[in-house]
Amino acid sequence: MVFSQLIEKLIQETTTSSLPYFGAELCLSVTIVLMLLVRLFNADRWLPAYLVAVLGAFAALWCTYSQSAQLNSGSVSDSQTFFGGMLIQDLFSVYFRVFLSLFVLLTIALTALTGIPDIEDGPDFYSLLLGSTIGMMLMASANNLLILFLGIEMTSVPSYAMVGFLKGRKTSSEAALKYVVYGAGAAGVMLYGISLLAGVLGTTDMSLLAVRLSEAAGGQTAGLADPEIRAVTLGVLLVMVGLAFKLSLVPFHFWCPDAFEGASAEVAGFLSVASKAGAFALLVRFCSALSGAAGTEDLLMAFGVSLGVIACITATFGNLAAYNQNNLKRLLAYSTIAHAGYMLMAVSAMMVMQNSGHAQLYQVDIQKSVEGLLYYLAVYLFMNLGAFAVIALARNYTFSEEIDSVKGLISQSPVLCISMMVCMFSLVGIPPFGGFFAKLMIFAAALKAGEIHWFMYVVVAIGGLNTVLSLFYYIRVLKTMFLDERPAQSRAVPIRLFSWEGSFVAVLALLVLLLGTLPRLMSGLSATANAAAHAVVSQL
Amino acid sequence: MTPEFLLTAIIFLPAVGALLLSLFDGRNTDVLRFWSLGVTILTFGLTLQMLMQFDSSVGGMQMQVAMDWIPAWNVSYRLGVDGISMPLVLLTSFISMLSMVASWSIKKHVKGYMVLFLLLESGMLGVFLSLDFFLFYVFWEVMLLPMYFLIGVWGGPRKEYAAIKFFLYTLAGGVLMLIAMLMFYFNSGATTDSFNLIELAKVASGAESTLASTLSPSLQITAFILLFIGFAIKLPVFPVHTWLPDAHVEAPTPISMILAGVLLKMGGYGIIRIAFPLCPYGAQYGAWAMVAIGVISIIYGAFAALAQTDFKRLVAYSSVSHMGYVLLGLAVWKINETTGATENRNFWLMGINGAMFQMIAHGISSAGMFFMVGVIYDRVHHRDLNQFGGLMGRMPLYGGLSAGLFFAGLGLPGLCGFIGEVFVVISSWSFSPLLAIIAASGVILTAGYILWAMQRVYLGAEYKGPHSEDITPINGRETAVAATLLAFAIFFGIFPNYLFRMMSVSTTELVQSLENGYQKAATSAAQMQAMK
Repeated sequence: MVFSQLIEKLIQETTTSSLPYFGAELCLSVTIVLMLLVRLFNADRWLPAYLVAVLGAFAALWCTYSQSAQLNSGSVSDSQTFFGGMLIQDLFSVYFRVFLSLFVLLTIALTALTGIPDIEDGPDFYSLLLGSTIGMMLMASANNLLILFLGIEMTSVPSYAMVGFLKGRKTSSEAALKYVVYGAGAAGVMLYGISLLAGVLGTTDMSLLAVRLSEAAGGQTAGLADPEIRAVTLGVLLVMVGLAFKLSLVPFHFWCPDAFEGASAEVAGFLSVASKAGAFALLVRFCSALSGAAGTEDLLMAFGVSLGVIACITATFGNLAAYNQNNLKRLLAYSTIAHAGYMLMAVSAMMVMQNSGHAQLYQVDIQKSVEGLLYYLAVYLFMNLGAFAVIALARNYTFSEEIDSVKGLISQSPVLCISMMVCMFSLVGIPPFGGFFAKLMIFAAALKAGEIHWFMYVVVAIGGLNTVLSLFYYIRVLKTMFLDERPAQSRAVPIRLFSWEGSFVAVLALLVLLLGTLPRLMSGLSATANAAAHAVVSQL
Repeated sequence: MTPEFLLTAIIFLPAVGALLLSLFDGRNTDVLRFWSLGVTILTFGLTLQMLMQFDSSVGGMQMQVAMDWIPAWNVSYRLGVDGISMPLVLLTSFISMLSMVASWSIKKHVKGYMVLFLLLESGMLGVFLSLDFFLFYVFWEVMLLPMYFLIGVWGGPRKEYAAIKFFLYTLAGGVLMLIAMLMFYFNSGATTDSFNLIELAKVASGAESTLASTLSPSLQITAFILLFIGFAIKLPVFPVHTWLPDAHVEAPTPISMILAGVLLKMGGYGIIRIAFPLCPYGAQYGAWAMVAIGVISIIYGAFAALAQTDFKRLVAYSSVSHMGYVLLGLAVWKINETTGATENRNFWLMGINGAMFQMIAHGISSAGMFFMVGVIYDRVHHRDLNQFGGLMGRMPLYGGLSAGLFFAGLGLPGLCGFIGEVFVVISSWSFSPLLAIIAASGVILTAGYILWAMQRVYLGAEYKGPHSEDITPINGRETAVAATLLAFAIFFGIFPNYLFRMMSVSTTELVQSLENGYQKAATSAAQMQAMK
């Protein structure tokens, strides 16, 4: 093949498949440029940055939505790699991109309501926000270890800046610095892990990992006696460090409470949901890319079970540590850690079932475990954003994010309190809210995996115990809001239901409720999540 | 009315009423109260309509409703009623109506109270009417949310502690139930109906069913223990009863009535509707333990009640004692160890009937007792048993009504409390004479604490406590509530058969299917033993 033909092929591929598949990311990139241009021409007085950002996010949402419609109609093949095999387009990545676009849209709406950032800083802030979202989208569609690294870094770097965005505030800068140092360390370790993997397996293409791993074992059962396998295992562990950092799993969670406390509630809400979603997408891809080849079952089963161990520790630690927090954001940071633990249980169940030696038999259940994770993330989006939104909105009046600042709030703003109640009970996992159904799906997956490895029964038991533990601190917030009297000298929070702020949180709370009760919505989301799970699991 | 409409309306009418109520102006408290009272009366009317349509000669489920809810998970919206749930549904709507009348004493945040009260009623009715495990669980937990706030906002001095304790205990039990529920889901071996309580019970009893398989005997034991702990917490029995004295004492009077009158019955109902039929082998396996726990609860509750100086706490501990009879009656299932056949099944049937009767009787008498405590508390603002006395002279009508209701709780022949206790104690004789004697001696203790309490509160020359000047005669509204409860206590004491007729066909069928289920599981357990 001559050079010109190669170029021609590249051009053709790029224009016909790669660029259309990359539509959402392109929309967001164009928006960033537009926002900066608007400020350049001094037009941001009459065209605020959030308006441009909302339009951009909406375009991205529309773009990903039409991609999913295209995939669902079957007019294109189920799974296609693009940009030379670096990225992959399937229902799984589309699910996450729809999710992320929707979430960034809601976050922009929230920031527009709370007024963080102010008009001058708008373009900077939204550039960071959208840039970070692009990184998460890359994480969701990564098909190469390099993209894995690139996605994580592209997500992290803007996040560091966003955490430190409240300029002139010491806690904010301190939080950002801690986050950067920790993030840089984790990234370095992960890069080293990737180089180990690529060095031994001879590829960075994730779709080849399982086969190469099997070959490295040389047809035998892969065990740690083999130095090559030892190197690969080390590589996988080091990559997991990077992912665990993004997921704030114990023991890589230390940054999370500090960063959340220092950042504004809006940013904390964004980080707690979006970056977690992206990291879980990546983790599922990475795990299912590793598993499936002959001879590696035992090794990867141990990997799956150890994920279960980490999940248990993370959930328990998060719930226990949250108990004596007095800052609402810090409390929710620990709650975020705990929820990462719950969600990791689904991944652990998936790994255990995939590497049981009869993955075919458990095909449906493997899909259901990923489906549970995806459903959980979707509910988590609304309930966690709702909780952070209530904190952010109340902060604008009380100038505080301590639990005491919302004492007796029910007498002044019932809508905020009732929305908070719905979100918190859903976070505990009490029906009829969406969080219950999501949690049930994850517990079900872990219980099913218990048929293969007894430890998964322990995981279910610890998950159940944690549900009870978590009630303590969530209800403490509700107790303060509903049962205590509002102190006489406290500032008024006059948010009514029929205002922009009130209806925003009310809609989020309503969605949390509907995700646990409305049959059509639940079945629809569950079917969509199942299709997405099918896409990632069937690649074995 | 079609069953679809009737059953759905019974469950959701209070919720819809609460939704509309939230649009009302919160300052006009009388409108709020009469509206809520109207909703509860209408709900009670609907349950009476259900009673009209109910055929007590049919043992199985009647007026069934089945619609898909979450088809991907085989969860459906499935309702129905039989002889076991019918009396409890009536009790729920009846007690809710009366405690709404008693709610006139609530003066703080009336609107919020009424909304939560109606939501609670929806949850309670849903528990008794749902036939889908998932739906049952949802209603079971939904009930917690309004209850937490009702105790936490409108309760007594230690309300926050009591509310969280109640919530935590029940949630812990709920999580165990959730795990058991998932076990059934995975082991039913079917693509449909895997949460359907009727089919799960059928397959466990060996009858023809749409489900392929049930739990193995060893798993049945695990599942039964999980379910039993969940329900025992709600019942409650020793040693998981400690939430009850706190919650009952701190809750406002109408909510105490609901807690004692209805919520405790959910524990018993859960055991008889879910734990027993779904794991007959596990139930038989645990029979001895359950009987022992029941007897301990009876005696422990009675002794604890004797030791109280707080009037309301005394009534609360009497509930622990009385609910012990429920567990005892349900569990007196004796089998022949060699053949696996049930011995003296008529006594066991009698025990189950007695336990069911005891639930209804306790619902009436304990609601009445709590109400009577509330009436005097509203006047003198204390509940110290040693600072009462002479109330019979100051409030003769109140004294008379109280005496009737406390005697009903004591189990005086001719009043409703007697029938249940006697049936249960007689049936336990065939299980173990020793335990029967201990249980029967509980009756003496009961008489002891109730008579002693009455002596200290109502008799004596004069009232010695504070706020003597505030003691006014019982008013018309309070008289209506107390007299209605007393009338029913007398009615069921004289015509117990009215209740037995309603439930006996269903309980007979239940006993039969449990026996079959045990035989089936025992056979397969023996086979597995032989294979080893």
